[in-house]
Amino acid sequence: MIRLSKNQPDKNSALIQDSAAFEEANGRSLWQDARRRLFANKAAVVSMCILVFLIVLAALADVISPNSYETVNWDKINQPPTWDTFNIFGTDGLGRDLFVRTLYGARISFAVGVIATLVALVIGVTYGAVSGFIGGKVDEVMMRIVDILYSLPFMFIVIVLMVVFGRHIFLIFLALGAVEWLTMARVVRGQTLKIKHMEFIEAAESLGVPKFTIITRHIIPNVIGPVIIFVTLTIPGVILAESFLSFLGLGVQEPLTSWGRLISEGANEIETAPWLLLFPASFMGLTLFCFNFIGDGLRDALDPKDR
Amino acid sequence: MSVNILIYFIKRLLKAIPVLLIIITIAFFMMRVAPGGPFTQDRKLLPEVEKNIQAAYHLDKPLYVQYGMYLGNVLTGDLGPSYKYKDFTVNELIALGAPVSLKLGLTALFVALLFGVYLGTIAALNQNKLIDYSVMTIAMTGLVVPSFVLAPLLTLVFGVYWKVLPVGGWNNGALENMILPVISLSLPLIAVMARLTRGGLIEVLRSNYIRTARAKGLPEWLVVTRHAMPAGLMPLVTYLAPATAGIVVGSVVVEQIFGLPGIGRYFVIGAMQRDYTLVMGVLILFSSLILFLNILADIAYSVLDPKVKLS
Repeated sequence: MIRLSKNQPDKNSALIQDSAAFEEANGRSLWQDARRRLFANKAAVVSMCILVFLIVLAALADVISPNSYETVNWDKINQPPTWDTFNIFGTDGLGRDLFVRTLYGARISFAVGVIATLVALVIGVTYGAVSGFIGGKVDEVMMRIVDILYSLPFMFIVIVLMVVFGRHIFLIFLALGAVEWLTMARVVRGQTLKIKHMEFIEAAESLGVPKFTIITRHIIPNVIGPVIIFVTLTIPGVILAESFLSFLGLGVQEPLTSWGRLISEGANEIETAPWLLLFPASFMGLTLFCFNFIGDGLRDALDPKDR
Repeated sequence: MSVNILIYFIKRLLKAIPVLLIIITIAFFMMRVAPGGPFTQDRKLLPEVEKNIQAAYHLDKPLYVQYGMYLGNVLTGDLGPSYKYKDFTVNELIALGAPVSLKLGLTALFVALLFGVYLGTIAALNQNKLIDYSVMTIAMTGLVVPSFVLAPLLTLVFGVYWKVLPVGGWNNGALENMILPVISLSLPLIAVMARLTRGGLIEVLRSNYIRTARAKGLPEWLVVTRHAMPAGLMPLVTYLAPATAGIVVGSVVVEQIFGLPGIGRYFVIGAMQRDYTLVMGVLILFSSLILFLNILADIAYSVLDPKVKLS
């Protein structure tokens, strides 16, 4: 009984949103539960703290360090880390400060991660919800298209795309977003199929709510849980993919930089200047670790099976 | 049963052909609408010379004619001449690189399966104990450290600091040249496979028929290998196709880093130099491989799991 009363109100919450009194009592239970479980997960909490710290660090890069990310300094080429001039991560082959460059790389990586994931989110959620809700022949055709796209070797097509149309950062957002929406669409469709036969949807239909409104008001809010989990796992995937492209020399252009590019430059100089590889690589590794821990934590917190 | 599988296999192969055509078409036109061609150079060629080169490679004909010619050639198995490697056809270049990539990829896949299943099983059998946590932490590390970070790090430690392994080169596939590339390629896969194995086994080990097997006094290793594994490893089978795709993509970087003469490196070099035919050739090869493996994985899945019906 307790389980029932916990579940039921949330699914109905969209319907009774107008009545404020009910919303107060119902809306909080699932999400508060989830939040409590998430904050009880130490790995996830530590990861969130580290990520916030990294983001602040990246945003304040110019304030923290007196060095510029693009100033070439012929006097200090490939210098090991030193406190004197605040080159705490050392300098690269053009005497540029690696600390600031790593943080600028973080900006690009985070931006790509978030924006490309948003692109994937918008396309994937819309596509999946429409396909699942309409069902029948439409669903079949739409999912068949996803199946076909799934079997394409996307990374190669993205590589060709980057080579052909130049290395513009917006192209990276779009290309990576276009790759990632497929899984999102499947996740959302599965969830939609699950909830579309529930009573509250039937109620909305019998009240004459238009299909489009049912999708936006009732379906999408109720598939948010799995979508959030998937988003936290997509962001590191996108960051990784961008770094992969940058590593091949297809990412952002100089003097801007990204982690993949720094790692690729560092990889060429591992014998003479290992710090060029170690710092960007550990920043990227740490970030990906954090996202994965948060994703796992969210899954545990939101997955009703584990309650 | 086996006739059904054969029919299903042929059906799927036929369905894969249009997908392959789509890939070829997209890639072909994408590369042709791009500014600059394979023979665009800093120093302008004489107009007559340029004309001759264009004519020699049929680049002067209308786009749809070129497309038709290319498709016709591909259907007969001819991927055309390489634009940049003079005197080589794409078929020859792929024939040169394929054995290297194949040996590397298959070894990596084998190593990944071996260690992935082993580690996952150990973790599942010691669920929530120290061994479990350490294996899963290592798996997480493998998941977040991509091959293009791992490869230079391994080179740094084993090649530069300890000087026990060569930092690059193929050397006809000598063991010491294989070790680092194979580790770089397989570690991310080991991570995923260990997680899948662990998850699958834990679920199965709770079921009643396992309790029965234990109750009738079977030794634990037999319970695990004979009874738990066939069902518990099902998630792994579905992962095999994406895993192979992952190896194919990863090999592009790993071959680049270690300077191995495989087809992955041709793809990167070809793309950079706008060697259209070479890039297309490798793209077609990789795509066919991935499509084919997807079909095989579905069939394997249905054979192993009687609940799944081929349709």
